[in-house]
Amino acid sequence: MMRVTLWGTRGSVASPGNETARYGGNTACVEVRAPDGTILILDAGTGVRRLGASWPSDVDRVDVLLTHLHMDHIQGLGFFGPLYDEGKEVHIWAPASPTLTLQARLARYLSPPFFPVHLRDLACRLTLHEVPCDEIAIGPFRVCAALVCHPGPTVGYRIETTGAVLAYLPDHEPALGVEDFPQSPEWTSGYGLAADVDLLIHDAQYAASEYPSHAGWGHSSVEQAMRFAGLAHAGRLVAFHHDPAHSDADVDRIFAEATAAERPSFPVIPAAEGAIFDLGQAA
Amino acid sequence: MPQHEIEVILTRQLASYLTLPIFIVGSDGTLIFYNEPAEVILGHRFEETGEMPAQEWAAAYAATDDADQPIPPEQLPLMIALREGHPAHGSYAIRGRDRVRRHIEVTAFPLIGQARRHLGAVAIFWEVPS
Repeated sequence: MMRVTLWGTRGSVASPGNETARYGGNTACVEVRAPDGTILILDAGTGVRRLGASWPSDVDRVDVLLTHLHMDHIQGLGFFGPLYDEGKEVHIWAPASPTLTLQARLARYLSPPFFPVHLRDLACRLTLHEVPCDEIAIGPFRVCAALVCHPGPTVGYRIETTGAVLAYLPDHEPALGVEDFPQSPEWTSGYGLAADVDLLIHDAQYAASEYPSHAGWGHSSVEQAMRFAGLAHAGRLVAFHHDPAHSDADVDRIFAEATAAERPSFPVIPAAEGAIFDLGQAA
Repeated sequence: MPQHEIEVILTRQLASYLTLPIFIVGSDGTLIFYNEPAEVILGHRFEETGEMPAQEWAAAYAATDDADQPIPPEQLPLMIALREGHPAHGSYAIRGRDRVRRHIEVTAFPLIGQARRHLGAVAIFWEVPS
């Protein structure tokens, strides 16, 4: 069982305003909570600030699983309260690069002139872990990370626990260079993570008409996300990482057009800040 | 069949767009893809053969030297790149499924992915006048 809460659903850059109030303007952040109180945080976009402000006082271990280090996925990190609490044990999981350790890469942001506090000066007990690695066990969760198609070292996550499986691929362009997407599963980026999950949270940044001029930028159209979810036999698709230029009305229109074109056989839900999904039996 | 690693998927996608013949093997030497320009030299389409173990493709595209003597598979640039983890180059002749003997130059390099994972090797080759 797990409860999945969306704290930030926007891609690329935060986009607050009346026109984005319904789907939300904060960048990527998802909370995954087990009945025993174990909490995983998927990405630390600007949405993680509010999550930190409501962090349960009796939960001392914090696991932040970053898919990659683009700013919209780490910008909230410096404003995440538990990092400044010496009573918290914080684990950050993320990819290294071929030439820099995770510590060196993260310190580029968490240091002047980009941020006033150095990574090394955070009060919490901080441990950094490089992914992908072998399957990770965190509380009742089994976590698997794998590299996916997106510029720079980027992973997606598959999270399993009793009776529930979630896949999180917020920045993913599996259709890049594929003439007739999708091809067979073994030649499709991300398939191994998403196969047969109960809930797939997947990049759906663009309308179909917008994708051609953004090919290679690392993102998917809503239609491509639907096709990928269909290939993977996902139970439900949460279409995530909305383009910052899309208003709520734009998102509604783009999803209506994509649904009419693709006619998916599974529920497709445009990601909205504050949405909660209970997977498995009653959470 | 499990999904290929992303570095292998991207290599195949790049190969499918290039006009230079390209041949890709997995970490155990199994042929996993060659592109359309390679089909012209190898004498048949990838869709007709599919994946092939190393011993099978080495026999199917038997390499010979200038004296028409067989070259052991372990001396081919692709197998050196795979085994030793560095680029290798060679010049020899092959006879494809169409039985035509062609002289080729081959440059092979290992596919070493993130976290230094050895994922296979790639051969780029081209026909040269005999």
